[in-house]
Amino acid sequence: MKAAQGTVFKYGDNVDTDVIIPARYLNSSDPKELATHCMEDIDKDFVKKVNEGDIIVANKNFGCGSSREHAPIAIKAAGVSCVIAETFARIFYRNAINIGLPIIECPEAAKAISAGDEVKVDFDSGVITNVTTGESFQGQAFPEFMQKLIACGGLVNYINEK
Amino acid sequence: MGMTMTQKILAAHAGLESVVAGQLIEADLDLVLGNDITSPVAIHEIEKMKVDGVFHKDKIALVMDHFTPNKDIKSAQHCKCVREFACKNDITNYFDVGEMGIEHALLPEKGLTVAGDVIIGADSHTCTYGALGAFSTGVGSTDLAAGMATGKAWFKVPSAIKFTLTGKPSKWVSGKDVILHIIGMIGVDGALYKSMEFVGDGIANLSMDDRLTIANMAIEAGGKNGIFPVDDVARAYMREHSVREWVEYEADEDAVYDEEYVIDLSTLKSTVAFPHLPENTHTIDEIEAMDDIKIDQVVIGSCTNGRMDDLRAAAAIMKGKKVAKGVRVIVIPGTQKIYLDAIEEGLVRTFIEAGAVVSTPTCGPCLGGHMGVLAEGERCVSTTNRNFVGRMGHVESEVYLASPAVAAASALTGKISGPEEVGE
Repeated sequence: MKAAQGTVFKYGDNVDTDVIIPARYLNSSDPKELATHCMEDIDKDFVKKVNEGDIIVANKNFGCGSSREHAPIAIKAAGVSCVIAETFARIFYRNAINIGLPIIECPEAAKAISAGDEVKVDFDSGVITNVTTGESFQGQAFPEFMQKLIACGGLVNYINEK
Repeated sequence: MGMTMTQKILAAHAGLESVVAGQLIEADLDLVLGNDITSPVAIHEIEKMKVDGVFHKDKIALVMDHFTPNKDIKSAQHCKCVREFACKNDITNYFDVGEMGIEHALLPEKGLTVAGDVIIGADSHTCTYGALGAFSTGVGSTDLAAGMATGKAWFKVPSAIKFTLTGKPSKWVSGKDVILHIIGMIGVDGALYKSMEFVGDGIANLSMDDRLTIANMAIEAGGKNGIFPVDDVARAYMREHSVREWVEYEADEDAVYDEEYVIDLSTLKSTVAFPHLPENTHTIDEIEAMDDIKIDQVVIGSCTNGRMDDLRAAAAIMKGKKVAKGVRVIVIPGTQKIYLDAIEEGLVRTFIEAGAVVSTPTCGPCLGGHMGVLAEGERCVSTTNRNFVGRMGHVESEVYLASPAVAAASALTGKISGPEEVGE
């Protein structure tokens, strides 16, 4: 899997799917349109500032709340290459894996990395490197089953290949 | 090693004699659920799959409940997409305006969810059916697509937290207060990835509607599922509503739990979750000691609290009284049957005479969709399940989560109030 590298947007605990993509935009399922409202209720400037490959770092329970897959879809379509968090809410975790948005749990990295840092994530080794500070962290590698899912490009392709 | 109730259900549906926490399994599904927001994304995914239709036309439920009756053209397009899919695949349990209800109130009422089932739904509150002794959990649209196509889903077997409920709750303490108390205690990620297994002789003192409310909000503690043992109350409910046979599972005596809590229901008080997390709880006596918290709107309804017990509690408090000036009160029965029963019992008359509006079933205001969106600076007491920033409208609005009794009392006083404050 290709490594991710980009500038960090940093958020706190319990970033919920209502702030990632507010329900008032759920009358659309178009990734491009959803991306234009990504993180709108927690960070109005996110969509203006985000560049292809950038990385979101947050503390615990990222993606809690609604099961809307529109949340990881919006983040992926906004160009984010990876989300790093202390922990993820479980439905968000499933959804991200299923649509092929790379996410990685690493409490140490989540605490140490600051907004604006340049960060690199190697998915094969699980190593997260803060290019700005030179620090590196060992993230939780995916179980074999999930690696297969991701390697296939998500659940749909996985089922098609079975 | 012993298994929890959840683990036993999952093992049986994976064709395994036993499973352990952390194990990845593939389980057969008894029911797969989608709604008007999550299904269109799933239908788009299913079209990419090399499959011939759906796995079982009777084991899929599609409920048009979030933005219905359609609030705008885009949501109408979404419902049309699901309607056409349901028609093409001859889906038995497709529920549109006229038959629909709020999905988690509707499916148990229709007898589609029974003890021992494994159910996934592309809606986070799918955990509701644990009240009947089923394993049910929320997933996203791609899982919904795969579930509809194959009848299977992958799971990581969860570990569990055991909540032993004892004692009898006092008159105005409901299932909502029990679950808000628990979320306040363990936090919004207190049960992350885990089962919340409820046991104890206090359960006999909780109605089916109370249990449905408690299981419904397991997700608000991060839980994978919430589950109750099957007792005479659950059996009577299933006999009344379902023609399906059910299977009763019990946790092994030597089942392993990550944590255990004992909760004496008789000690609980009416509980309210303040903005902007369900864990920010305060009991009603704490609130009475604070400055008045004035409100603009009250919502009584949702998959959490839109059932008959909920409407009865609210009506008992509002009967013969008037809503406070300046407060908008919106009552939303969970299903068409509940709506009709509420009319026949005179509850709807009580609400309308008090100055409330009574709406057709919809998730509408709970997620800031329609039928009660909040403006900047407005404050709402709601019997719904989430009070995140912007959940019910403007990012500068506030939602206080409460029981139907507290919501009704607050509607009468115009500030957050307990039932005792209005003479109950």
